[in-house]
Amino acid sequence: MAIRTEEAVISTSTPAVELKGITKRFPGVVANRDIALAVQQGHVHAIVGENGAGKSTLMKILYGMQRPDEGEIRVNGAAVSFRSPSDAITAGIGMVHQHFMLADNLTVLENVVLGSEPRKGGIAIDFGSARKRIRQISDTYGLGVDPDAMVEDLGVGARQRVEILKVLYRGARILILDEPTAVLVPQEVDELFGNLRELVREGLTIIFISHKLDEVLSVADAITVIRRGTTVASVNPKDVTARQLAELMVGSELPSPETRESTVTDVVALSVRNLSVHSPDERCIVDGVTFGIRKGEVLGIAGVEGNGQAELVEAIMGMRPAEGEIRLGEEDISAWSTLRRREAGIGYIPEDRHRHGLLLEAPLWENRILGHQTRRPNVKGPWIDRAGARKDTQRIVEQYDVRTPGIDVDAAALSGGNQQKLIVGREMSGDPVFLIASHPTRGVDVGAQAAIWDHLRAARAAGLAVLLISADLDELIGLSDTLKVILRGRIVADVDPQNVTPEQLGSAMTGAGEAA
Amino acid sequence: MKPAESSFADRLLGRVRPSGLLSLSAPLLAIVFAGVITSIILLVSGDPPLETLGVMADYGTQPRSMVLILNSATTYYLAAIAVAIGFRMNLFNIGVDGQYRLAALIAAAVGGAVALPAPLHIALIIFVAMLVGAGWASIAGLLKVKRGVSEVISTIMLNAIATALGAWLLHKDRLAVEVAGSNNIGTRPIPESGQVPGMAIIPGTETKVFGLIVLAVVVGVVYHVLLNRTRFGFDLRATGRSESAAVASGVNVKKMVLIAMVLSGAAAGLIGMPQLLGASHSYGLDFPTGLGFTGIAIALLGRNHPVGIAFGALLWAFLDTSSSILQIEEIAPEIVQIMQGTIVLSVIIAYELVHRYQIAAGQRRVSKELAGGTPPRVEGASA
Repeated sequence: MAIRTEEAVISTSTPAVELKGITKRFPGVVANRDIALAVQQGHVHAIVGENGAGKSTLMKILYGMQRPDEGEIRVNGAAVSFRSPSDAITAGIGMVHQHFMLADNLTVLENVVLGSEPRKGGIAIDFGSARKRIRQISDTYGLGVDPDAMVEDLGVGARQRVEILKVLYRGARILILDEPTAVLVPQEVDELFGNLRELVREGLTIIFISHKLDEVLSVADAITVIRRGTTVASVNPKDVTARQLAELMVGSELPSPETRESTVTDVVALSVRNLSVHSPDERCIVDGVTFGIRKGEVLGIAGVEGNGQAELVEAIMGMRPAEGEIRLGEEDISAWSTLRRREAGIGYIPEDRHRHGLLLEAPLWENRILGHQTRRPNVKGPWIDRAGARKDTQRIVEQYDVRTPGIDVDAAALSGGNQQKLIVGREMSGDPVFLIASHPTRGVDVGAQAAIWDHLRAARAAGLAVLLISADLDELIGLSDTLKVILRGRIVADVDPQNVTPEQLGSAMTGAGEAA
Repeated sequence: MKPAESSFADRLLGRVRPSGLLSLSAPLLAIVFAGVITSIILLVSGDPPLETLGVMADYGTQPRSMVLILNSATTYYLAAIAVAIGFRMNLFNIGVDGQYRLAALIAAAVGGAVALPAPLHIALIIFVAMLVGAGWASIAGLLKVKRGVSEVISTIMLNAIATALGAWLLHKDRLAVEVAGSNNIGTRPIPESGQVPGMAIIPGTETKVFGLIVLAVVVGVVYHVLLNRTRFGFDLRATGRSESAAVASGVNVKKMVLIAMVLSGAAAGLIGMPQLLGASHSYGLDFPTGLGFTGIAIALLGRNHPVGIAFGALLWAFLDTSSSILQIEEIAPEIVQIMQGTIVLSVIIAYELVHRYQIAAGQRRVSKELAGGTPPRVEGASA
């Protein structure tokens, strides 16, 4: 495959945007490390990477919302340093956010001028000239936006064009589009891509953030891949396939987390039958999923993110209404509350540990109680057992090698890996019979990753049933006893992890090839 | 994303604590800041700042003033605790005002209508007040849980409804009688068995401290124990800190919203009790109003901490009480309201400044540690 490394990107003209050695650290995490990126003028330049790879942080740096700790940003050849988004706008960089920032009860015109109103006579807003400019921009780029329409009457695609127009109105020549297709239906995606081509034909530059590989391949002139906070490759879309891109995104050079002999028993710990989840607008997100997990078995679910994995997990945890049957051992738990499911022995390592796994501003020992607030050693009747909880937190810290100055520090002070080890330790406490491990090693360093894999393997050997959701194909293949592929909410393939390569799995995930 | 991201509201409501020496620097900064602003205002209005404060301090330390301060502080404390219960889980119960007025009115009417032995009579009145406060607050709780109505909006509207309902009930055809020797009307006076006698604990004055100051202390202790030592309190604080994490841990958030609202309302029901059972013995047109809003300010000032709120309530009561001397000294007593506002703002600003300083310092430290020595460990920006 023809992949140029980042150093090999050579160009005669000055890049519209050039990033060199960008590094951004947050307490406990390096979000971006030594990023190198060159975006040619008049290109649609796609930046792809898994969720959490560091794309958003990078774009926030480019848009002036975050300041890098190290590195250099050049716009049209000149070094810049942005203190706020308004600096970025002045330099001609505009951002179209994934979630629209429009006031429904105002017209397109009012929304566009909001914050940069043209003045007439010092006080009055000059709507006339603004309307003229909007029409002119709309015609130049073929956006088809009517300045006097109410935003609430517009469809999603039209609203997005208003967002684009808003940015152009402020004089942007470089547009950042953050996951612009996430909210669009296929026809709208095609329209958007038509608009984007129009924009680059007029000399604008577009930075397009996505993890949908087929879309990226169809629209981009150049692609940069980000993995684990750094740029790993710059490729030409003509030279790569979706499969190769997927490999670059998830990486396959890490040593496989091999599990040795099978520990699978024939006792089913958890079974799910015809489980379906619907979104509020009646779309089917999880569609009739059926599987069983036996004691001592790790069932891996592979899939491109956003294909229903998160909703499936939340349905099993009872956090989201669902149809179908869920059985834990012999018991039908479909109607149980989240608390009762947890008490019955379901452990949960959530995908987003900051949102669902931790109280960041509470000390570690209080985080030990979270999710186990009805069980010993954390409580005695209605009372919190401080001594018991603290002692057990100390045990977790030692046994799971959580690097911390003590159990009274806030969870936010720990690095991502240590936070995750604390969560793993907590969820393994209280003798779970079934564990959901959702991206258990995402955003953690290599050392913590190996430790977490060891803990999962040991628990499996002790008879724990594990549902493993991951975007890391090596992790899935290495840890799972059984592998299923999920696509658009359905289980579309069963794969034998013994005889599958990451490439085969990758193509099954995109629905492109046959499962092995 | 920044792992340590907390919202401004979290910091405003004291759910994020500055640590170490910095926790002391915030209140000090606030006092200095408020002092400077007040001095400027006094200078502008042509009064010498130090002497004015001296006059207030002199007056505030006289025995009779001290009793008045304790009595006001008792009421303020209960109001602030009622507000703080909601604050601790992100509920803004603006309706404490309506809850306590309605509760005091109905409890007074019940107390005046029955005759019971002393301890039972008092207990009944207090119980009715808590029940009415809780009931009125539960309307807002139910609306939020069942219909998603913001409790801010519904409690403000319920305040207006409580005012109207109170005016309707306090009529000679219904709960009110004429008060002898005045053109005021009020509920039938509560007989002696339902009154709580004052305590002459400050030497040098005949004025007595509300007996129910004990109730305020008990409420403070219960608040602390309930929130920090019980499973229920853990669930409540967890919900306030992160609703999504609370849901994932098995907390029934809707149930918690309802219970917290009911508890806040029950505490609000107590606000009128020291005054009703200790002094006026009847709910009349002259019963104090607006205490619910004072409670919001004091809860912010005390950062929802039971001891902090006690200091806040005493400070507020001191300023209120000593304002009466200013008029005699021919200084505009409104200066006190400016001081109160300035103090609340200063506390909020000071904690925010300290918090930002801490975040920035923490990031610099981590950057320095990671930049030097061993190569940085690669980690994705965990979402």
